[in-house]
Amino acid sequence: MSLTHDDVETPTTGPAKTGTPATEVSDGPAAAGPGVPHVVGRVEDVPPGEGRAFIAGDAQVAVFRLRDGSLHATQAACPHSGGPLADGQTDLNVLVCPLHLYAFRWSDGTSPGGASPVRLYPVREQDGDLVVEV
Amino acid sequence: MTAVLGGRPEGVSTLHFAMDEADGIDTRQRLVVIGNGMAGARVVEEVLERGGGEQFAITVFGEEPHGNYNRIMLSHVLAGEEHEDDIVLNSHDWYADNGVQLRAGVRVDRVDTHAKVVHTTDGTTTPYDQLVIATGSRSFIPPMTGLYSDDEQLLPGVFGFRTIDDTRAMLAAAAEHEKAVVVGGGLLGLEAARALQGHGLQVEVVHAGTHLMNQQLDPDGGAILKQSVESLGIVVHLATRTTEVIGPDRVRGVVLSGGRAIDADMLVIAAGIRPVTEVALLSGIEVERGVVVDDQLRTDDPDVYAVGECAQHRGEVYGLVAPVWEQARVLADLLTGTDPDAEYHGSRTATKLKVAGVDVATMGVNRPERDSDEFLVISEPRRGVHLSVVVRDDKLIGATLLGDTRKVAFLTQAFDRGTPLPQERIKLLVDLSDGAEEVGVAELPGDSQVCNCNGVSKQAICDAVAGGCGNVGAVMDKTRAGKGCGSCKSLVKQIVEWAADGDVTEDESANWYVPGIPLAKPELMAAIREQGLLSVSAVFAALAPGGAEEAKSKMGLTSLLRMIWGSDFVQENDAKFINDRVHGNIQRDGTFSVVPQIKGGVTTPAQLRKIADVAEKYEVPMVKITGGQRIDLLGVRKEDLPAMWDDLGMPSGYAYGKSFRTVKTCVGSDFCRFGLGDSTQLGIDLETRFQGIESPAKMKLAVVGCPRNCAEAYVKDVGVVAVGNGKWEVYVGGAAGATIRKGDLLATVDSPEAVMQLTGRFMQYYRENANWLERTYDFVPRVGLEKIKQVLLEDSEGIVAELDENMQQSIDAYTDPWGQDAARPATPGQFRTALPLVDLPKVPVR
Ligand code: SRM
Ligand SMILES: Cc1cc2nc3c(=O)[nH]c(=O)nc-3n(C[C@H](O)[C@H](O)[C@H](O)COP(=O)(O)OP(=O)(O)OC[C@H]3O[C@@H](n4cnc5c(N)ncnc54)[C@H](O)[C@@H]3O)c2cc1C
Ligand code: SF4
Ligand code: FES
Repeated sequence: MSLTHDDVETPTTGPAKTGTPATEVSDGPAAAGPGVPHVVGRVEDVPPGEGRAFIAGDAQVAVFRLRDGSLHATQAACPHSGGPLADGQTDLNVLVCPLHLYAFRWSDGTSPGGASPVRLYPVREQDGDLVVEV
Repeated sequence: MTAVLGGRPEGVSTLHFAMDEADGIDTRQRLVVIGNGMAGARVVEEVLERGGGEQFAITVFGEEPHGNYNRIMLSHVLAGEEHEDDIVLNSHDWYADNGVQLRAGVRVDRVDTHAKVVHTTDGTTTPYDQLVIATGSRSFIPPMTGLYSDDEQLLPGVFGFRTIDDTRAMLAAAAEHEKAVVVGGGLLGLEAARALQGHGLQVEVVHAGTHLMNQQLDPDGGAILKQSVESLGIVVHLATRTTEVIGPDRVRGVVLSGGRAIDADMLVIAAGIRPVTEVALLSGIEVERGVVVDDQLRTDDPDVYAVGECAQHRGEVYGLVAPVWEQARVLADLLTGTDPDAEYHGSRTATKLKVAGVDVATMGVNRPERDSDEFLVISEPRRGVHLSVVVRDDKLIGATLLGDTRKVAFLTQAFDRGTPLPQERIKLLVDLSDGAEEVGVAELPGDSQVCNCNGVSKQAICDAVAGGCGNVGAVMDKTRAGKGCGSCKSLVKQIVEWAADGDVTEDESANWYVPGIPLAKPELMAAIREQGLLSVSAVFAALAPGGAEEAKSKMGLTSLLRMIWGSDFVQENDAKFINDRVHGNIQRDGTFSVVPQIKGGVTTPAQLRKIADVAEKYEVPMVKITGGQRIDLLGVRKEDLPAMWDDLGMPSGYAYGKSFRTVKTCVGSDFCRFGLGDSTQLGIDLETRFQGIESPAKMKLAVVGCPRNCAEAYVKDVGVVAVGNGKWEVYVGGAAGATIRKGDLLATVDSPEAVMQLTGRFMQYYRENANWLERTYDFVPRVGLEKIKQVLLEDSEGIVAELDENMQQSIDAYTDPWGQDAARPATPGQFRTALPLVDLPKVPVR
């Protein structure tokens, strides 16, 4: 039986909570903001299928441009254990965090694997600019 | 046809060094086991499990040349449902790996219990301190006229059904003949009949009893089973015997007791079994029907034990495997001193079987014995279902389930533990309310045996689920539950579902290469080639349901496409895992590690100086010597990666990929006083040739200069060992990570060039045929060493030239990713940080 990080349906790693010095990025879902729009960058900054991290006001966000052209934005740090979500992999249904491979649905931010949900932010393109409401 | 089942190739033997002998003599007690069947081998397993390997030097004699195999599965082999390689329980390698000496193909003649030595037919003697007799049974051959030819051999065309050799002979005969008569309408006879019929033979069963399986079933049950068997097209003759075999040169037919003759070119005799007791008899050990043992499985000689079908305990001789497991446990407890008071009190035979496709479960008595016994029968002949229970004083004392064994979990529990029975007795046999079945599984105690064939408890199944087996197939692979007669499969399934709390994955997709595309690897590769699909998005568009991409499939597809197309592959960064996008291993705080290539673990002062300078310049928080004989710079910011690579000027060591990783080497003949070959140079050459080749999972290699194995070549995906006179052994499928496995010897070759060539061939065969993320330690046993040898060494499939060519294509397509992406990023922002506001690094600096 091989033990690989990549093939497990449910991640093998429990949340790294208290006592770990690994990251100071807080886990858990980010708080909702007042909904203020911020221009964070240009559409071409985010290659198709990938994500990039930006700052929107006080918040760190990850913006994704899916292969069908649609845009999505989430909090930048994974609610599971602070992983860099912008480095994750995507398809049209989910975002997969690179650290422990929890998936999060674009539809509502929930995780089929059972992690806390990720905060989604409204995002749109305006004259080639990426506008995120936080 | 003469292949040794579970055999080991010539030339592989446990290594002995002069040093071992210098260490002194073996002070362990000598445990000798006669009989390498299910009982003998299980005793050895149980003894080892209790740490007995340190107490005992173990020797096992087996008359059959094979490793230990699952006899129960012979019916499946005969039916063609199972390959004979898959029924091996303990291969010759297993014995060697566990330090057990297997003397396969050696028959024991007798034991001198005074001198405490065992005499074998090959004239050797073996001393023992403790002796276990586990000689099993043989087929009982009832007397018939004309059964034997002049030289006292069974007439050609007559078969017993006990061993793999019997089974092979029957398979060969079945291919040539049309009509078979099976003598015996018990479990074995019906299984043989059904299997032969499956090969297209006309089959008639001749049974002396008045109903089928009269050992287990009552007459009504037997009648219903007869219907089911006959509906398969098998003719059944009851209450008659075969009195004569029509010959003379080979079987032409049989004559029944009524005088009627039946044509037949095969005669299979499954008329019962007899314990094999010759060894005990000739050694003066007490024998009645079987070898007589007490509650500690001891014979009348205090240092001689007997277990399995050859043993007679409290007057009982068993013919099923479940008691074997119980006996083996008790004996191992006693021998190892784990429980010096362990006792065996006999087995209540509760059996679950699958006979000729019909589920049968029986326990205890099959009909009432006293006036006060309650007897409940549900008989549905049309559905082939016949269920009955016998209750005495509110306790279940017997049950027979035929054709429908859904209630077996509950009934077994009631039978074994005397748990209270429902007042409405009918509930014992049918579910009147829903949900009751689930309760049955939940209530089943952890140690209750679910799979009798392989001795698997409910707890073992739950453990497998907890250990990550996500579906029934995985649990069966892991525990072997359900891989015997198959009758417990539905129960295994229920338990898995219960243990996984409904979180069971689809089995069907288990064969797919990646979850998002419903194709196994060979079909997927063919489709990719035929349709010329050069990129991951093109594969999804053409082959995924609805053309939908799937995040978790992307990495596996990238790997596959790169292998198929080499430099023609159209790469897409979103289809890569982050490690492959930035050519470093992601760390828990989002930083990365940088492991430069250090071929064969050989470096130079200049290289070390360079690494030191770079580590200082970029304030690398940890510099570590890895287990792969190179240096890891950990905690590097993503945005620093390109500049660091540039400053290092060394190629990537690929420590992050599902790819060829490293070749560990030892100092070999250049410096070591024992070195038999230049392992260091060969390791460097291997790493140079195969650097960066992507593969289904990591490939880690090692080359050592002698069998002292300082660089751990025996436990590598490919391990090369110099054995002197210019010869090198090439091992494959070894592992010492999450799984520990000694590699299998693929070949001994006589030059470094031959090592390089064979290594390339093996790795390419693995690349083309392994499942995604399947390491060689799973791949090699799955495919089978014999098969791999045939393909790679004898070119049995005529693909060797193609393997060489495909590997060369991948080698030619190699570019160092650090050199390439440092100069020109593959996508905008490739090395932009993904967690911008946080100060990095966050791991403690050492
Ligand atoms: C750095 C190192 C430990 C060390 O400090 O020595 C290491 C570090 C990691 N190993 Fe390892 N392994 C290291 C040698 C080994 C070895 C020993 C060897 O190569 O001789 C083994 C056992 C050999 C084997 O693979 O069979 C080993 C068996 C594993 C496994 C278990 C694989 C398996 O199927 O059994 C994993 C988990 C996995 O692959 O999913 C793993 C995974 C990992 C990962 C990649 C975990 C992860 O996914 O992030 C670690 C990454 C650290 C990093 O970023 O560099 N590492 N790992 C070693 C790097 C060797 C190198 O130079 O390339
Ligand atoms: C076709 C078939 C189907 C079966 N199906 C079922 C089933 O569905 N359920 C079930 O519970 N049971 C089933 N059984 C019965 C089960 O296989 C046996 O109960 C079990 O194998 C008994 O184990 P054992 O070790 O006592 O005997 P064996 O497995 O027969 O092992 C005895 C070994 O001792 C060796 N030996 C004998 N004499 C010597 C000697 N002098 N020197 C060296 N070696 C010697 C023999 O070569 C043999 O390998 C089936 C049996 C057969 C043949
Ligand atoms: S042993 Fe575990 S913790 Fe240590 S490096 Fe390997 S994967 Fe990481
Ligand atoms: S940090 Fe664990 S899945 Fe994201």
